[in-house]
Amino acid sequence: MDKPEEEVWDIEISPRNNLLDLKLKDVWHYRDLLVLLVRRDFVAFYKQTVLGPLWFFLQPLATIVLFNFVFANIAKISTGSIPPPVFYLAGTIIWNYFSDCLTKTSTVFKDNSAMLGKVYFPRLIMPLSIVLSNLIRFSVQFILFLLLMIIYSIQGYPIHPNFYLLLFPVLIVLIAALGLGLGMMISAVTTKYRDLTFVVSFAVPLLMYTTTVIYPLSVAQAKYPKYSWLIKYNPITVVIETFRKGFLGEGSFNWALLGFAAVATIIIVIIGTIIFNRVEKNFVDTV
Amino acid sequence: MTKVIKVENLSKAYQLGDFGTGTISRDLERYWARIRGKEDPFLKIGELNDRTKKGTSDIVWSLRDLDFEVERGDAVGIIGRNGAGKSTLLKILSRVTSPTAGTVKIKGRVASLLEVGTGFHPELTGRENIYLNGAILGMRKAEIKRKFDEIVDFAGVDRYIDTPVKRYSSGMYVRLAFAVAANLEAEILVVDEVLAVGDAEFQKKCLGKMGDVSKGEGKTVLFVSHNMGSVRQLCDKGILLTNGQITFTGNTEAAIKNYMNSSLDPKSGIVAIGTLTNTVKIKSVTVNGTPLDVAITPKDEINVCIKYQCLKYLPGFRISLTLFKDGVRVLTVQDLEESIAIEPGFYRSDIKLQSYFLRPGTYSVAVGGHNTNHTNFSLGNTEWFFVTEISSFEVLEEWSSVYDFNNLGIINLPNTGGKRTAIGSED
Repeated sequence: MDKPEEEVWDIEISPRNNLLDLKLKDVWHYRDLLVLLVRRDFVAFYKQTVLGPLWFFLQPLATIVLFNFVFANIAKISTGSIPPPVFYLAGTIIWNYFSDCLTKTSTVFKDNSAMLGKVYFPRLIMPLSIVLSNLIRFSVQFILFLLLMIIYSIQGYPIHPNFYLLLFPVLIVLIAALGLGLGMMISAVTTKYRDLTFVVSFAVPLLMYTTTVIYPLSVAQAKYPKYSWLIKYNPITVVIETFRKGFLGEGSFNWALLGFAAVATIIIVIIGTIIFNRVEKNFVDTV
Repeated sequence: MTKVIKVENLSKAYQLGDFGTGTISRDLERYWARIRGKEDPFLKIGELNDRTKKGTSDIVWSLRDLDFEVERGDAVGIIGRNGAGKSTLLKILSRVTSPTAGTVKIKGRVASLLEVGTGFHPELTGRENIYLNGAILGMRKAEIKRKFDEIVDFAGVDRYIDTPVKRYSSGMYVRLAFAVAANLEAEILVVDEVLAVGDAEFQKKCLGKMGDVSKGEGKTVLFVSHNMGSVRQLCDKGILLTNGQITFTGNTEAAIKNYMNSSLDPKSGIVAIGTLTNTVKIKSVTVNGTPLDVAITPKDEINVCIKYQCLKYLPGFRISLTLFKDGVRVLTVQDLEESIAIEPGFYRSDIKLQSYFLRPGTYSVAVGGHNTNHTNFSLGNTEWFFVTEISSFEVLEEWSSVYDFNNLGIINLPNTGGKRTAIGSED
């Protein structure tokens, strides 16, 4: 018979795994894969395009031009003392980051079934690479935002960056975690029931209007004093408002709300990860 | 010897049929049973996976109670018919899916090659894809860098290394992909039938490389293939799977013999395909009197005897014999010059071949038959059946100048009628 020390196994495959075991050691071992996947997404995005990474600029630019036309000029929704384009861009880039993380993560099993069905690597790598790929995109758009901000300040508009902008890294982590967590929850269901993919594709754009992308929270509160708490307690609203407060000097901010958003996000991420961990084992059979 | 893989009571159930939508109620039912701590109501009624029989339940056990151990340095061939559970086993071992019951314990890193080129991105260059694919297979960047030249060299795509792989020929693509996997630093290599692609030279190279890996470097290889030639060449042990259960473990030759026998065993059923499957039943096939693995010297004749039963009158029937070598169809011959009518009853057909036309190696025998309606001939009107891997034989390397015509390849042909003439100038 074997000696006891020979009974030490590196890998044990069993029907069920510990739901909270994130295999972070494995994820760490595969960190190069994470980097390479992000690189792949970035390179593949602009290969054989003329404008290349410039496309990252064009999409939000087109969005704010349209928003400016519809919401600021036709609908005349006030953006306070902030010039509408900067106001919209601040909301749009954060919203885009959230929605890209969410929609991509929610179909991660379906989109990558060919690869995930043939080789093992910690599945968590896949959503993480989505979050990081989109972070690059976000950074490029953030530079656009800074440029626009500077241009408007030079022209004398009341833009007052302040110390709240030190919260920026926290905001990014929050928004990424929200998209990731919700996406992972949905991904569990979409592997088996494709219906939810359709729901996501039309509900996410609509959801944007429940956050303060195109209007300031103060306007919503004045208009709908009874229901504006729905908007106010939305963690995405909190992030957008805090972001505006820090960079533009206008927006509603308080620490309690930010704390609430952080707690909500942590809960969502934990639930999302547990669900993801459960599905990850057998999705190959059902996807 | 140390055990590197230990499989205990491994089972895997699959649900048959369409289960995309409309199963929410069933899912809830299962979930309800589970939270009450009861057994899954849909697993209890599961039955063995035999694709030829129509089952009563839509849960089948693709694998049932597998127990085996693999020791370091073993090269194990996993053989069995289509649907025997070979790929499911490899999928579980490579952690792509999880078992329904039972455990697998593994020592060391597992590199699985269920498919070549997993994660290759067509827009990326060969170089970028080597890094990406290597990382997917679990290599660190430094490790890939160290092995990079070796990989490119093995694949033989030096010139194209900075070209996007979408411009590659499919052969080059496969070469590159296999090269990455073959240079993995893993203790256990799990390989599905990936060698079916690529040209013969490259297949040989791959097999050689895998042989080196198991014999030279002391790594463990698990190999699934329908190509008995490769299994024989590479593996020193064999596991035979039949309908999700292990029916034999032991040395490769014995496993292959068992496998061939099981295809001949009337109880396990000779699996024929085609429209005549239920009209003409093959009872036995022997080569020089033995069903399996007859050794044949080049000067012997090969006498194939096929016994069969015809269950109804067919107006124009004849039996065909096909030889395969390493998955390549070598030849097909008929028992009769012309198709003629056959009455219900028992028959035997004898077909004689000259072995000196066949190069040394193992040949697998397939038997078929077709009934042609002469009055209205078209392919759609031809009824047929076909049975593969029903028998096998080996042509030995016992060549003399009489029988060796110095041809490489699959068949030998005597030199006939060649001549040399001096023609003076270029035209």
